[in-house]
Amino acid sequence: MLRAEGLYKSFVLHHQGGACIPVLEGVSLTVQAGECVALQGPSGSGKSTLMRSLYANYRIDRGSIWVNHQGDWVDLPQLPPHQMLEVRQHTVGYVSQFLRVIPRVPALEVAAEPLMDLGIAPEIAYDKIRLLFTQLNLPERLWQLSPTTFSGGEKQRVNIARAFSVNYPILLLDEPTSALDAANRDVVMQLIEARKAQGCAMVGIFHDDEVRERVCDRVLQF
Amino acid sequence: MQPLLTIDNLSKTYNSIYACDRISFDLYPGQVLGIIGESGSGKSTLLNAIAGHIPVDAGEIVYCDRSGQPINLRTLPEVHHRKLMKTEWGFVQQNPRDGLRMTVTAGANIGERLLDVGERHYGNIRSEAIEWLSQVEIPHSRMDDLPSTFSGGMQQRLQLARILVTQPRLVLMDEPTGGLDVSVQAKLLDLMRSLVRTLHLSVILVTHDIGVVRLLAHRLMVMQNGQVVETGLTDQVLDDPHHPYTQQLVSATLMP
Amino acid sequence: MTLSPQLPSSPALPEPGFNFAYLDEQTKRSIRRAALKAVAIPGHQIPFSSREMPMSYGWGTGGVQVTASVIGQMDTLKVIDQGADDTTNAVNIRRFFRKVCGINTTERTEEATLIQTRHRIPETPLREGQIMVYQVPMPEPLYFIEPSRTEANKMHALEEYGPVYVRLYEDITRFGHIAMAYDYPVMVNDRYLMKPSPIPRFDNPKLHMNPALQLFGAGREKRIYALPPYTKVKSLDFEDHPFTVETWDQPCEFCGATDTYLDEVVTDDQGSRLWICSDTDYCNQRQQNNHLLTPTLS
Repeated sequence: MLRAEGLYKSFVLHHQGGACIPVLEGVSLTVQAGECVALQGPSGSGKSTLMRSLYANYRIDRGSIWVNHQGDWVDLPQLPPHQMLEVRQHTVGYVSQFLRVIPRVPALEVAAEPLMDLGIAPEIAYDKIRLLFTQLNLPERLWQLSPTTFSGGEKQRVNIARAFSVNYPILLLDEPTSALDAANRDVVMQLIEARKAQGCAMVGIFHDDEVRERVCDRVLQF
Repeated sequence: MQPLLTIDNLSKTYNSIYACDRISFDLYPGQVLGIIGESGSGKSTLLNAIAGHIPVDAGEIVYCDRSGQPINLRTLPEVHHRKLMKTEWGFVQQNPRDGLRMTVTAGANIGERLLDVGERHYGNIRSEAIEWLSQVEIPHSRMDDLPSTFSGGMQQRLQLARILVTQPRLVLMDEPTGGLDVSVQAKLLDLMRSLVRTLHLSVILVTHDIGVVRLLAHRLMVMQNGQVVETGLTDQVLDDPHHPYTQQLVSATLMP
Repeated sequence: MTLSPQLPSSPALPEPGFNFAYLDEQTKRSIRRAALKAVAIPGHQIPFSSREMPMSYGWGTGGVQVTASVIGQMDTLKVIDQGADDTTNAVNIRRFFRKVCGINTTERTEEATLIQTRHRIPETPLREGQIMVYQVPMPEPLYFIEPSRTEANKMHALEEYGPVYVRLYEDITRFGHIAMAYDYPVMVNDRYLMKPSPIPRFDNPKLHMNPALQLFGAGREKRIYALPPYTKVKSLDFEDHPFTVETWDQPCEFCGATDTYLDEVVTDDQGSRLWICSDTDYCNQRQQNNHLLTPTLS
């Protein structure tokens, strides 16, 4: 589903003497459908950079990221912007550590946005999210509130619901359980396993060894 | 998919100074393009040049109309150009006083574009006005009030209703959240976001507020001294800025 | 109030030292050229080189110049001001033309070949061959919507008249009906928006398909426009709020007419009032005819 070849990425800091920090130097990674690959290594080793590059959030210097988008192999970094957005809408999902929202929008709407961007009617989208919120034990009184005031764990669950509401063939998980208690962590692991069983290709960063060992098939060491 | 708007090597000079220097981009249906840059970077000039408010020196502006026909706006006869601006395009001014008629009621402000395109039934205009007021979350009871009695945020939303009534496909916005305080901004941003989705609008949004483009824009263009110094998806440009100016802009923002 | 018939005043010799009709021939020609253009494009405003006249702006300098340019020795002139032949403005303009032209003047609509008017159209129907000259204070119907002359010209050229309807919309919203009582804008020949000068909207239907030539002169604003005979003139309205004219629930106190434009006259400081025809000539004639038809009660 996903094949990254010879990725190079460095950061040039123009306002700090033009310092050039190379982070990825020829990283390659292939993920099959139904497979979950963990990125592992000390902080600063580049696992987050790779993750963001795979989502085309960071723009790589060299290399290619082949993604199977609706039956066609496309090189994500080479796509024009509107096609890149389309790949993100349909094919590649991303659970980020952060949740950026417009202050007054309720959690339900925030989470339903990817579905509605695909043209799904609001009520159907909301139903799907309500189901996920219930599964993730997000208290119902929070659903109509803006996530800006939520705790770290609550925000993370909104993010997970967002990313798991659409059946992305590829999912990128950036520390999806970092702020969750044991019970909720277990729910997330079940979600990941279910998605894997449906054939979803996954790449993740997991700080939690237990989670990693349970859901990941192999590890890419940095 | 065909681009809605194609800008090709657009240039505008004031005396010998380039306000816009060979700007090119494509805008696709349903996309929000943010243009950021400091005062004097040429971003407002670019927007006004695209809207035909000011003449340009060189380059092409090609718009694909409702019937799928590509139209060269620089050679389009003025009568058609003005018609297009009142039907398929809309312009939201930074200062609502420039975009609204302050001395006529909110309902008349919304009705004007319908009157422009030949609607002559008072009752129909009223019911359309009610419909669009509710779309922009202004209570019906305010329909017969003057915009001067509205708050800044309401005036901006009325400006939106005023242009949306003819179901435009492309909306140009010049600092739409400029003079608003933060909580009012949030409401307007949320509204604009949902309207973009439900009405399938394409938007060019000029602002100097990185927070606004982060939440609204799919794509971003960074301008400095009349030139585009960086483009990309919004999160690419803001999370991984390449150009020295963009890096400075992002690092100078308190909460990007 | 005199009831004796008004005979046309006899022609006298024009005052020496003036050209016929006061203006020099070249000026009259240039004004006639402007008027011809105006006739060719009904409702469209034509600029002209308005001259200083021996009267103040606002007293009919535009109308006087148009009258002076089209008047001939055989013409019979009638001048009305708010429908009356005997007000200062009307009397003075009539005397002015008698003095500089030595022509006949009249108060009778049917006798006149040329009628200069301020704020009314006579009740007596006009006929072919007559010329109406209107005094116009402000010719631009878009002025209150678009103060820029350049932009207003563009709106006329591109037939962008939507904003004018905004004003009608506002009237209905505020008062439940279109409240403009005079100078009510009209569309001429389905093309140009025109101000009919400050005539009451009661008179607007008389503009439509009128057999007379109607010329409009604005002296201060230096514009001439025209309605050739039998031109289509439509007052602006909405489909669900059609154009209507004023009606009164009593007849004229003097002549008993029920189909004319009535002026309200306050008769004392107790609030007593009566309503009489604003067209003095029409009212006088009806009173005479009534005398002939009904026996006098003493």
